[in-house]
Amino acid sequence: MTSDLIFDVQNVTLRFGGVISLSDVSLNHKRGEILAVIGPNGAGKTSLFNSLTGVYQPQEGSITFFGRNAKPISIIGKKAHRVSTAGVARTFQASRMFSALTTFENVKIGAESHRGIGVLGAMVKGPATRRGEKMSDARTIELLDFVGLRDKANTISASLSYGDRRRLEIARGLATNPQVLLLDEPAAGTNPAEKIQLTQLIRKVRDEMGVSILLIEHDMKLVMALAERLYVLNFGSVIAEGTPDEIRANAAVVEAYLGSTTSDAEELK
Amino acid sequence: MIASFWRNPHARRLGISIVAIAVLELMTGPPGNSEAPTAGIRESFLEASSFFGLFRTARWVVFFFVAILMFAIWTLLLWKGSRIRSGISSVLAAPRAASQRRPVRWGVGLALLVLAFMMPHIETDPFWQAAMVEQIAVYVLLAIGLNVVVGFAGLLDLGFVAFYAIGAYTTAWVTGALPTPPPFHIHFNPFFAIPMAIGIAMLAGIILGAPTLRLRGDYLAIVTLGFGEIITIFANNLYGITGGSQGSNPIPHPSLHLGPIHYVWGLKPVPYYYLTLTFVVIFLVAFSLLEHSRVGRAWTAIREDEVAAESVGINPLKYKVMAFAIGASTAGFAGVVTASQSNQIFPSSFTLQFSINILVLVIFGGMGSIAGVVIGALIIQTAYSFLLHSPPQGYQPADLYMYLGALLVIMMIFRPAGLVPSRRRKREIRLSESGEGHMDEVLTGDTP
Ligand SMILES: Nc1ncnc2c1ncn2[C@@H]1O[C@H](COP(=O)(O)OP(=O)(O)O)[C@@H](O)[C@H]1O
Ligand SMILES: [Mg+2]
Repeated sequence: MTSDLIFDVQNVTLRFGGVISLSDVSLNHKRGEILAVIGPNGAGKTSLFNSLTGVYQPQEGSITFFGRNAKPISIIGKKAHRVSTAGVARTFQASRMFSALTTFENVKIGAESHRGIGVLGAMVKGPATRRGEKMSDARTIELLDFVGLRDKANTISASLSYGDRRRLEIARGLATNPQVLLLDEPAAGTNPAEKIQLTQLIRKVRDEMGVSILLIEHDMKLVMALAERLYVLNFGSVIAEGTPDEIRANAAVVEAYLGSTTSDAEELK
Repeated sequence: MIASFWRNPHARRLGISIVAIAVLELMTGPPGNSEAPTAGIRESFLEASSFFGLFRTARWVVFFFVAILMFAIWTLLLWKGSRIRSGISSVLAAPRAASQRRPVRWGVGLALLVLAFMMPHIETDPFWQAAMVEQIAVYVLLAIGLNVVVGFAGLLDLGFVAFYAIGAYTTAWVTGALPTPPPFHIHFNPFFAIPMAIGIAMLAGIILGAPTLRLRGDYLAIVTLGFGEIITIFANNLYGITGGSQGSNPIPHPSLHLGPIHYVWGLKPVPYYYLTLTFVVIFLVAFSLLEHSRVGRAWTAIREDEVAAESVGINPLKYKVMAFAIGASTAGFAGVVTASQSNQIFPSSFTLQFSINILVLVIFGGMGSIAGVVIGALIIQTAYSFLLHSPPQGYQPADLYMYLGALLVIMMIFRPAGLVPSRRRKREIRLSESGEGHMDEVLTGDTP
């Protein structure tokens, strides 16, 4: 396929016993694009993310990731840590941090995980190891600055606010030098002011770092402001695709949302 | 009547104290016999016992006094507990702050090291010289090794004895003390068994770990439990290779001939003490460097949230296998010391009990805290040696695990992260108690 894509998902089906989480899902994500996936609860959005990152292994279909230098990499069958090394970073719906560690340590773990292990090097602390440490430290500080958490570098991450946790997860993901960042409901649990900051941050990640963004979000205002294109999932299937304006006008989408919660449907309009 | 008694908090505490101490009294008392089944119970209360060395009286008097003491301490703790705790921590504040400073740490470490090296000259009693190696130094080494697995990587390993047995049998094998001929028919000096045993134990760690460390939490515990049993059953049943239950042939003492240096380890325990101490120091330095390295942070990340760790590119299996192999290396070395010092090894010395003992040292001292684990092992093993050396009146060896169990229960109530807790562990326990963090999830084996 063409190399202007970052993800090419073809006919993916994911089942858990009798439950079909994704059924024949096909979608593509262009390099440098802010793409959103929306849909009611249980539609399969998180399952899609987990399939894209190697956490779940779909039974059918193919997922191609175009990594560094647009090299095509097949995701299905790869372990999550390999997918991360290839250049896919993510955040989690219920934020998952290394809670007993500081903000700084959380991000540093992301920054240094891609280098080789070298037990002896780590124990002896040779010059190469020291240089590596210095680089990770510098990168960590840089990223904390970028997301605006520099002043909370030494805070234990469990005591951060929801908004700060989201930023931390973004910084930790970016520390792995990804090509694409997957954000699973980043605005959940944040207040209106934090939402605005988050919107700006996500746009900054794409504009300044050139990282493509794939976003799951329930907050329609945020989605419509950020996304350049959207896919709508319902019961594990893609029911619509288009620009924010096209989606707003799509009858099937309004139907799907009316079927779940009216307030969401109203937000959509 | 009883209900109203129970509702009064003071009476309730007194009641619980008396019942707890009465149970202890029964369990430490003489056993009964089939002729008079209740004799043991009666004797437990009536037998004469020394009242703290002051005078002799019936056991129940002593125990009643202990129950009152327990009630008094309990009440005091409830009443002035927070005051006492803040008093203690204000007294400890200065040393604690000092312990954070690098030069102080190095100074204290060096002083303890010198003390450790002087110990055989300070204590010349042959019992204690032997205990220093067999009961203390070797166990300190094993505890810091298991700490890498349990404390750093968060893997509950109940089969640590397997690597100890592998170290011991490797020693017997390469020195030609097994029915199977040694490698290349060369009877190696046990001194060379050290690198070989460490290497083979680590290899065994990788071979056993790679397929099984995919399991989490309790599943892993059960499988490692199996390892320990399998290894000893192998040693027992492979008569033609290991000598079976009769044990190995005599294992020679190590000797070192390096140019002008000639050193022979004989029957005396002291040279073994220095050998073991040297390795304790090497492992201590290596492991504390490791703890504060990238590898140590990766272990912490996996322990706290394996899914998140994977999402930033950490391969959990690789790091777990690594922890397993590194931990195994200390057990491999301990196997060499035991085998060459005790001259002969038997499958029956490698029991589940052994694995659990080491785990108790780690839990008691403070999982994940190197200093804690060393101190924990020193305290428990020294106390154990005292019990062996001069058991107090009324102590029966069979009761040992009851006391150890009680000690652990008390620890879990008052210091759940261990005697000298690791800062990270302490935070983790606090977080998982308040429902944050993913510690318990990993323990129950949930996937995302
Ligand atoms: N690990 C799993 N085991 C079983 N069923 C799952 C699992 N993960 C997701 N599902 C099912 O897949 C469906 C989609 O869930 P999810 O992807 O979390 O939806 P969304 O993120 O859109 O709210 C749900 O019916 C859910 O129960
Ligand atoms: Mg979801």
